Amino acid sequence: MTEPKKLDPKDITEPINILIVGVGGQGVIMVSKVLAQICQNLGYQVKQSEVHGMAKRGGVVFSHVRFGTQVWSPTIPVGKVDVLIALEWAEGLRWMNYLRPDSGVFIADTKRIVPPFACRSRVLGADIGYSKDTPADIREKVAEAFALDATEMATKAGNERAANTLLLGALSTTLTFPTEEWRNVIAKMVPPKTIDVNLAVFDQGRNWIERSRHGEPVEGGAFVPLVQPEVSRERTELVITPEWCKGCDICVKMCPEHCLILNKDQIVELAEPEKCTGCHICEWLCPDFAISLNPITQEVSL
Amino acid sequence: MTTKAEQASPSAIKTGITHQMTGNEAFARGAWEAGVKVAAAYPGTPSTEIMESLARYPVGDVHAQWSTNEKVALDVAIGGSFAGVRSVTMMKHVGLNVASDALMSYSYIGVNGGLVLIICDDPGIHSSQNEQDSRLFGRFAQVPVLEPSDSQEALDYTRIAFDLSERFDTPVIVRSTTRISHTRSPVLVSERETPEDRGFISDVTKNVMVPGHARRRHPMVIERLERLAQELETSDLTRLEPGSSKVGIITASMCYVYVKENLPEASVLKLGLSFPLPKKMIQDFCARHDRVIVVEELEPVIENELKSWGLKVEGKEYFPRTGELSPEQVRIGFEQAGILTPEESAIVPQFEPLIRPPLLCAGCPHAMSYNAIRSLDVRVAGDIGCYTLAVGDPLTAIDTTVAMGSSIANAMGMYLAGTETKPIVATIGDSTFIHSGIPPLINAVYNQADITVILLDNHITAMTGGQDNPSTGKTIRGEATHEVNFEDMIRACGVDWVERVDSYDAATMIQTMREGIAHRGVSVLIADRPCVIDPVRIKGPTMQVDEKDCNACQSCMNLGCPALIWSDEWFEGRHIVKIDPSACIGCSVCAQFCPTGAIQPTVNPDMIGGTRAKTCTTV
Repeated sequence: MTEPKKLDPKDITEPINILIVGVGGQGVIMVSKVLAQICQNLGYQVKQSEVHGMAKRGGVVFSHVRFGTQVWSPTIPVGKVDVLIALEWAEGLRWMNYLRPDSGVFIADTKRIVPPFACRSRVLGADIGYSKDTPADIREKVAEAFALDATEMATKAGNERAANTLLLGALSTTLTFPTEEWRNVIAKMVPPKTIDVNLAVFDQGRNWIERSRHGEPVEGGAFVPLVQPEVSRERTELVITPEWCKGCDICVKMCPEHCLILNKDQIVELAEPEKCTGCHICEWLCPDFAISLNPITQEVSL
Repeated sequence: MTTKAEQASPSAIKTGITHQMTGNEAFARGAWEAGVKVAAAYPGTPSTEIMESLARYPVGDVHAQWSTNEKVALDVAIGGSFAGVRSVTMMKHVGLNVASDALMSYSYIGVNGGLVLIICDDPGIHSSQNEQDSRLFGRFAQVPVLEPSDSQEALDYTRIAFDLSERFDTPVIVRSTTRISHTRSPVLVSERETPEDRGFISDVTKNVMVPGHARRRHPMVIERLERLAQELETSDLTRLEPGSSKVGIITASMCYVYVKENLPEASVLKLGLSFPLPKKMIQDFCARHDRVIVVEELEPVIENELKSWGLKVEGKEYFPRTGELSPEQVRIGFEQAGILTPEESAIVPQFEPLIRPPLLCAGCPHAMSYNAIRSLDVRVAGDIGCYTLAVGDPLTAIDTTVAMGSSIANAMGMYLAGTETKPIVATIGDSTFIHSGIPPLINAVYNQADITVILLDNHITAMTGGQDNPSTGKTIRGEATHEVNFEDMIRACGVDWVERVDSYDAATMIQTMREGIAHRGVSVLIADRPCVIDPVRIKGPTMQVDEKDCNACQSCMNLGCPALIWSDEWFEGRHIVKIDPSACIGCSVCAQFCPTGAIQPTVNPDMIGGTRAKTCTTV
């Protein structure tokens, strides 16, 4: 296997573009700050653009870093990213279209941060709203792709939060910057107590990519696919016993889909049956046992 | 952890070399270098970090404060200017709407000490309620608008703004955008200058705007702008970059770098100010080119002025009036204008992995408050803050949101309309209430509305990253100060039903809300719990789900808590819930909603305050 070409700003007039993505709180900004500092130390012009604001609230975080002899726009145009570093698996996939189709390198932590939004449906057998794509799917579509369980490796090394530094190690293999420069800047920018573990995982990240490029077996590349077990998709029907309902409206207020109402006689009624997911909350909360959900065993044919 | 005071002051960084700075840090540095002595602001994305950064400069150099709202902040800065020292205020675009009353008059008065407003627009609406173009305010108030394009210019233009302010006797706007404020680029820094304090200058014909005085000042306002436009004809602020092209580009702000990204060789006229404009220079530039295209974000402010002079320029036919521009968008515009040939588009892989909207934090007290509100089936007038996120699934508990402090008066109007059958509730946060919620509360009492106000008191200005406010008892520099007592204040406004409830106590919260709604007249319920991330990150013993008890009803999921997700286990075709221990802070609210008692603390409940997690609190 031929040694992959490393990116050197001296070779090209266009800036080198690195996109770092993840979820609020993972340390995306830290990665981009280290990279920007090294670029500045080495005498390149560097611009770094990031999104604040909603990031703290579990949202998407991304940071564009561009460096070279002349950088204009601080944001990277779509399709011009040289290296995409993802601290979370699905976030890496989200930004794939930014990669250079012919030469872009994709480096992602396989860690999944599943938002509650992906777990919203109460429908029977509901599927999780999170990507099922695997590293094999990605490798087919980009010039070079690496998927490593950086969070797991960093946890084993003693600090889960150092996963971002491990990915910096991986990133460092794609650039010509001297290793010592990386190590010096990282040592200056991480909390003093964590310098040793950060430098250790930096080396681990470097080695992982280099060994993996040479086809050597490496630990930490395992990917556990999301599986959807077969479940019964039996439908249910909501049955109300009006004589037992005293109109306390607990079920009306607590129904997650807002499909129950009290009618003019102050008796509960299923107003919007198409919205009912059969979740049983009303059945369980009713103090008078006036609601039951019964399985529909046979489809009624008209 | 280092306190704010222990952090090295940015005044100590080495001068004469470049440092990586965000636009906001550079604005603060520029104000400090210009010798600013009075600085006042109200936080608002994307402007917040300017004041946070300025407050790290030495106390002896600059007084920095969080004011109660943007108008108060501008008036404080105007006071500083009256008294003869350089003064600055900074705010987001919509903040200028609040402050504009004072700006309109101070434009007539002119300055004593230089007065600069740093206004940060939010094209693309990253975190705002609209994307208004503040450059129009420059024209409206007849004050100059400087438009930096990167962090270096953020610093330089802020310094120049003070010079222009004093030389032309005018307040000056420096206009930023989210992208400029939040981009780091190299900045060459210098020493602080020490302008002489001018002292107060007594002159009622200039300082007191009664009709007779204002009529005399108005022509001077117009005359000073003409003089400034004249100076811009030869100033470095207008930069002509001759190029090889027959098409000339006129641009300013961040759009300039997008133009250079796509057309590095083009002939460009880069304007330092979008108001006023150097007319002769622009006319000459247009005369020298076959075609002239104006590239600007949002409104065609420059383009329309050029057209009003009879110049044939193009612009908004190629570039959208909505949203944020980007290098790609500008490229598409140039392609449509026939200046660039379309790039061959390679097939790029597209994935749609998941939706990840912003959420209230795990343990956020607002989640419980809105869960209670939602269960009461009321009409809810919302306001501006983190809690606006309760509009989305699963809380879906907000019906309207307009602007800072709108909720209470909006609720009153709905009540007066007489069409609403549901009880009417206004929800407002502590900082927003102090910002502009108090006059509408007094109005509601005065005009006898029957509404319930839920004051979401999380003891911080959370949305913008955790700033102190008059209810926190601390100043921006962390010094102890008077703390507003909400109950006393609300009672003094004439509200006779005021209750304070722990936001984490679901049963009491729902019951007290019902009582407040039943009360005839204005009732105020204070939902009281500190924010879980600011000023300190709260992390208690976590909760856990007992898988054998969970019946997958997902009642707890109605909170939208990021710590609650599906496990790999199933119960009768639905996912059993699990709790992510790294996210859970142990607030116990989910346990209070669990109908089967499956959610319990991971430690002995007696150790966490002796309150056993209650189950099924519906009343």
